[in-house]
Amino acid sequence: MKTKAINMVDLKRQKVLIFWAAAITIYGIIFNYLPLAGWLMAFQNYKPVTGLLHSQFVGLAKFKLLFSDVSFLRVIRNTLAMGVINLAVTFFMAILFAILLNEMASKGGKKVVQTISYLPHFLSWIIVTGILHDALSGTGIINTLLLHFGAVTQPINFFAHEKYFWPIVAFANVWKETGWNAIIYLAAITSIDPSLYEAAAIDGAGRWAKIKHVTLPGIKPTIMILLLMNVGNVLNAGFEIQYLLGNGLVQNVSQTIDIYVLKWGISQGDYSIGTAAGIFKSVVAIVLIVICNHLAKKHGEERLF
Amino acid sequence: MDQTSSSFVGFAGLASKNKEATKMKAKRRKKISGADLAFRICNGIFMVLFVIITLYPVLNTLAVSLNDGTDALRGGIYLFPRVFTWKNYETVLSKDNLITGAFITVARTVIGTLLALVMNAILAFIVSRKNFIFAKPVSLFWVITMYVNGGLIPTFLLFKSLGLTNSFAVYVIPGMVSAFNMLVIRTYMRGIPDSLEESAQLDGAGYTTIFLKIISPLCKPVYATVALFVAVGQWNSWFDAMLYNRMASQYTTLQYELMKLLSSVSNQSSSAEAMKNAGEGSVTPTSVRAAATIITMLPIICIYPFLQRYFVTGLTLGGVKE
Repeated sequence: MKTKAINMVDLKRQKVLIFWAAAITIYGIIFNYLPLAGWLMAFQNYKPVTGLLHSQFVGLAKFKLLFSDVSFLRVIRNTLAMGVINLAVTFFMAILFAILLNEMASKGGKKVVQTISYLPHFLSWIIVTGILHDALSGTGIINTLLLHFGAVTQPINFFAHEKYFWPIVAFANVWKETGWNAIIYLAAITSIDPSLYEAAAIDGAGRWAKIKHVTLPGIKPTIMILLLMNVGNVLNAGFEIQYLLGNGLVQNVSQTIDIYVLKWGISQGDYSIGTAAGIFKSVVAIVLIVICNHLAKKHGEERLF
Repeated sequence: MDQTSSSFVGFAGLASKNKEATKMKAKRRKKISGADLAFRICNGIFMVLFVIITLYPVLNTLAVSLNDGTDALRGGIYLFPRVFTWKNYETVLSKDNLITGAFITVARTVIGTLLALVMNAILAFIVSRKNFIFAKPVSLFWVITMYVNGGLIPTFLLFKSLGLTNSFAVYVIPGMVSAFNMLVIRTYMRGIPDSLEESAQLDGAGYTTIFLKIISPLCKPVYATVALFVAVGQWNSWFDAMLYNRMASQYTTLQYELMKLLSSVSNQSSSAEAMKNAGEGSVTPTSVRAAATIITMLPIICIYPFLQRYFVTGLTLGGVKE
């Protein structure tokens, strides 16, 4: 019988475990927890010369400054808008793709399509934005097609107009991640009990009815848990592509909180403002996660923690 | 799952075989309803479109990279080069910064992946030992890091004061332990029967032996998964090179150099200017970037189809948290 009490023999045997746990914890304190001390900067008039310990405390002044900055309010709007749009379209496309792929009759074809669908996930945003630039350029495929079918008379300069930016970002996300995001739904679909489909068929269910009454309910827990994980990340989802695709002409709609932090913190050297913006983002993210978790619990769904 | 390569080779054969199978099935059932047939056709069209949209940009980049640079500026290159040349690749391979970038990228991918794998595996092993007195607190300590982090600026300042800026170490040391990867391995390790560990203990094996000789060999699939995740992340990351090693060109990476090429391309206002900038005759920034893009994606494209079953494992295990 095992007892919960710690005995000396156990402790001696566990020496090696304790050693590694301590080493990795020290590593974690330095690289994951020590930066949290830097949050103090947001409440200070931080000067690199005086450092964290001797800079003057200013309370919430930096936050007040932040929220009186029109451009900060704008980056909040941009981050939220792009986060929500991306989440909605990538979610929808991944589920749609997974269901349709599952309905494909040819096994070999299914395999090939799925393999191809992963490809963009493995490409960096640098490559993806480069590809987008080519496809959307004056001589690129999109303008060529639009001209060919007479939809436009002049090539559109997609990167010069604010109205195109959010759709481009959403499309890029769909292009890059649909196949990858579908993996988990496909795994969930495979684990649905086949007898449910047989039963549905006996009841006279057609293809649509089966999808609606067997497949979708079968992957609902997976959808819920992924939705939860992603809603918490809505504010985290905006940096690389916006940074790489944005330009002076569209900066009103392209800049996100992360870009704002980078701009103020690193380029302008105002660490306090940059940190305050970063804290705002973290706090909102945590609140979102807690709310989602609570909602899930209330509806009896699976939870994150 | 693991027949990717054969399905590539035998695609045509399989497709016709499947057609036959469908035909036979149809004969047996004597009817495919009209709605069903319509669905199949629509689904087929959707999948073909999906494949075209996914592959076209990549194939187009390949065509541009193999085409004469000045000629490419005229546009109209789709799937095949018009004026074939290796010149773009020669230019890329003769650029010192790209060679350095490639070398550093390979180094950080190999070293970073090894370090991350070893550390995450050890940590997962520790926290998945049922008797270990600190298993729970250590787990929690890392799970918290998934939700709370210091953010860009505090991290930047910390790395600066630790002397990690302008160094190679900044690529491989800071991200070594990741809670997500640890949880993936931990979930897998928990699925291994306790009896294996217990019988080894009776034979006098310590935890080091159990980890190295018993658990790790069984964890090969999940190790492969995590190695794949980390390696892809290392290969593709550029922001750390820009943020921490901007001044240290000896530590530049392939992706960062590619990014600089991208901005030089999008900043060029007219094709005349591009030709002026090119200097080397028929090579333009656009065509050089296309070649560099292909070189950068080639290793990944060659490897990922063979590792498919590993990412399925990783993603399903990653969904299980506590």
